[in-house]
Amino acid sequence: MSQEKSAIKKIRATGAMREVMAEYFAELDEAAKTGSEKIAWCTSVGPAELLRSFGFLVYFPENHGALLGATRMAADLIPAATAAGYSPEICSYLTSDVGSYLSKTTPLTRAFGMESVPKADVLVYNTNQCRDVQDWLGFYEREWGVPMLGIQTPRSVGDLSDAIVGGLIEQHKALIPHLEEISGRKFDIDRLREVMASSHRCTQLWREVLRLATHRPSPITFFDCTIHMGPAVVLRGEERAERYYDVLVAELEERIADGVGAVDDERLRFYWEGMPVWGKLRDHAEQFAGHRACVVASTYCNSWIFDALACTDPFEGMARAYTEIFIVRSEEFKQGYMESMVRDYAIDGIIFHDAKTCPNNSNNRYGLPLRLREQIGTPFVVIDGDLNDLRLYSEEQARTQFEALVEQLQEQPI
Amino acid sequence: MPGRSDDPLYCGVDVGASSTKLVLLDQDREVRGRSIRRSGVDYAATARACLDEAIDAAGAEAGQVRRTVSTGYGRRNVEFADDARTELHCHGVGCYHYFPTAITIVDIGCQDNKIIRLNENGRRVDFKMNRKCAAGTGAFLEEIALRLDIDPDQLEQLASSTKEAVRLNSFCTVFASTEILSHLRRGEPLAGLIRGAFASVVNRVAEMDRLSGEVVLTGGVVAHNPTTAEIFADKIDGEVKVPPHPQFTGALGAALTALAQEEKNA
Repeated sequence: MSQEKSAIKKIRATGAMREVMAEYFAELDEAAKTGSEKIAWCTSVGPAELLRSFGFLVYFPENHGALLGATRMAADLIPAATAAGYSPEICSYLTSDVGSYLSKTTPLTRAFGMESVPKADVLVYNTNQCRDVQDWLGFYEREWGVPMLGIQTPRSVGDLSDAIVGGLIEQHKALIPHLEEISGRKFDIDRLREVMASSHRCTQLWREVLRLATHRPSPITFFDCTIHMGPAVVLRGEERAERYYDVLVAELEERIADGVGAVDDERLRFYWEGMPVWGKLRDHAEQFAGHRACVVASTYCNSWIFDALACTDPFEGMARAYTEIFIVRSEEFKQGYMESMVRDYAIDGIIFHDAKTCPNNSNNRYGLPLRLREQIGTPFVVIDGDLNDLRLYSEEQARTQFEALVEQLQEQPI
Repeated sequence: MPGRSDDPLYCGVDVGASSTKLVLLDQDREVRGRSIRRSGVDYAATARACLDEAIDAAGAEAGQVRRTVSTGYGRRNVEFADDARTELHCHGVGCYHYFPTAITIVDIGCQDNKIIRLNENGRRVDFKMNRKCAAGTGAFLEEIALRLDIDPDQLEQLASSTKEAVRLNSFCTVFASTEILSHLRRGEPLAGLIRGAFASVVNRVAEMDRLSGEVVLTGGVVAHNPTTAEIFADKIDGEVKVPPHPQFTGALGAALTALAQEEKNA
C-alpha cells in the first residue's frame, strides 16, 4: 500500500487567529515592559476567569510549552533544565520552558517580537492536570520571588460528589484576598459573572467547531484543531475569542455545505488519544491525509469544553468545569467517554499516544485500549513518543504503525 | 530447479534495520531464489544487489521479474518496487502461506519485535510492536556478543549446550550487559549466561501481549538461534512453530503480495 502525498488544506480563518494571538501577546509584552497592567500566569485549565475579573492579563505557560514543541526548539533547550536538576523524564513542557528561560531564548521572539516571556506578578495553578504544573510555576516563584497560589484537585474522580465540589469552591474563594492584595482591586462578583458568561460562550463555540467534525467528510482535522484551539485556551473570557470562533464556525459550515473535507476523499476516521507530538504535527497531518484518513476527534481538544461555566454560582461553575474534564476522571469514566466519542464521530480506529513525559495524558497505561476494544471492537495502535521531546519519538515506528492500522482497516488481505 | 527463461517471477524485498532479505517466487508460489545482505547505509543499492544475487541463484533473467513489493523500514528506498506494504502485512502473509489457520505470529527482528494475530482466513485481527527500545530484540544479543567478544554465530552453540540459564533481571540492554559482566566476575558459566540472554529476549517479547492459540516464531533471531524457539515453547508451555527460512518470512509475504496483486490485475 503506497502512501500518496497530500496537501494540507489551509483554513482561511488562520490569518484572523494569528492577528488575535499577536494582539494578545503584544498586550502582555507591553504590560511586562511598562508595568501598565498586572500579569498572572495561569495553568491552562486554571482559574483564568477569576484572574481576569481582577483585571490581570493572563499568560499561559503551557501555550509557551506547545510553541517550544511545535517550533522544535524543545529538544535543544531541555538539556539546560536537566543540567539544572530537572529530570528529562518529567513533563517536557516544564523542562523545555525552564530550559528556554535559562537559555534566554523563546519562540515568542520570532513569532511575536517579544524578547522574553512576560514576567508574572502572580503564579496560579490548578493540579487538575498534574503535579508538574505546581513544580513548574514553583521554579518561577523561586526565580522571581513572586507569590504562587493554587488549587489542589483530586484525581481519578468518578462522580463529582458534593464534598469534592464544595472543597474546590472553598479553594477558589480562598484565592480572593491574595488576588485583591496583588491586583490592588476589590473582588467584583458581577465582573466575574461577565467573564464567566463570555468564557462559556467561547467554550460553546469551541464545542461547535469540534462537533462539526462529526460530518463526513469532516471539515477539520485534529491537527488543525490543535492550532485553532489557541484562543479558547488563552483568551477565553474575552469577547475577541468569541468573535474568532464565529468566523471559524462559519468557514467550517461553508465547507460542509460545499461538501469539502479537510482530507480529500476521506475514507477512514480516527480518534487521537493523548497529547499531540507538537514537533510532528505537520508530518502527522500529511501522513494521515496521504492515507485518505482524517483524525476527526481527540481527548485533548475536547478538554477545553467547559459546560459547567454556565452555573448560576460562578464559584461552583469553576469548581465543576475544571474538575469535570477527562484528565481528572476515573478509568471507568474515561472508557465511557471514549465509547461515546467513537460512536458519535463514527471512528474506525484509535491512536493512543504514550507520551513518555506526560503520564497523566497517556491513557494507554492502565489497560484502557484493550478494554475499549473488548467492549466496542475498535482497533487501536499505541505510538511511543512525547509532546515536546523528539528524542523520545521514533518516527519510523510510528509511521509503520499508522500505516499498518490503515491496511488492517481497509480489509484488503493483499 | 531452473525454470524457463520466460517464466514470470515475483519479487519481495524486506529492507530491515539490520538485513535486507529478498525472495523470488514463480507463478506456482515456489521460491526460485533468495538472497540476504547487511542493509548497510545505502538501502537502494543493497536491495538492488540482493535482486541481482537472487536472479543469479534462480538462473533467471532480470526481465522475468514482473512485479516487486517492498517491506521493512527501508521499504520506500527500493527503486524497483511497484508497491510498498508494512512488515506487519508481509509477515502475516508469509506465515499464513505455511500455516493457513488462525495463528499468532511473533517476529523477533534486529531492532523491533512484532506480535501479529491472524484469523482463520488469514486476515489480520490486531498487532503490536515493541516500544522504542532494543531490549528483547536481536540488537540486544548483538550487543551481548560484542561485550563478550564472541562471534554472534557462536551464541546458538553456547546457549544450546546447557539447560541451565542464568537469570538476568535488568530491563535495559545496557544494564543487562553490565549485569552479565558482573555474573562473569562471580564465575558463572558463559553458556548459562548466553542461554539467560536468550531467555531475557523471550521474556521481553512474551510480555508484549497475551499469547494464545498457535504461535509461529519468525525473524532473524530464531533463524540464527533456534534455541530461542525451544525457550519460547517452555515459556508459553505450548508448541511454537517455525516456518522454513524464518528470516525470509517478510520477504516471502511481500513476494506473495506481488503475485496476488498481479493476479488481481490480470
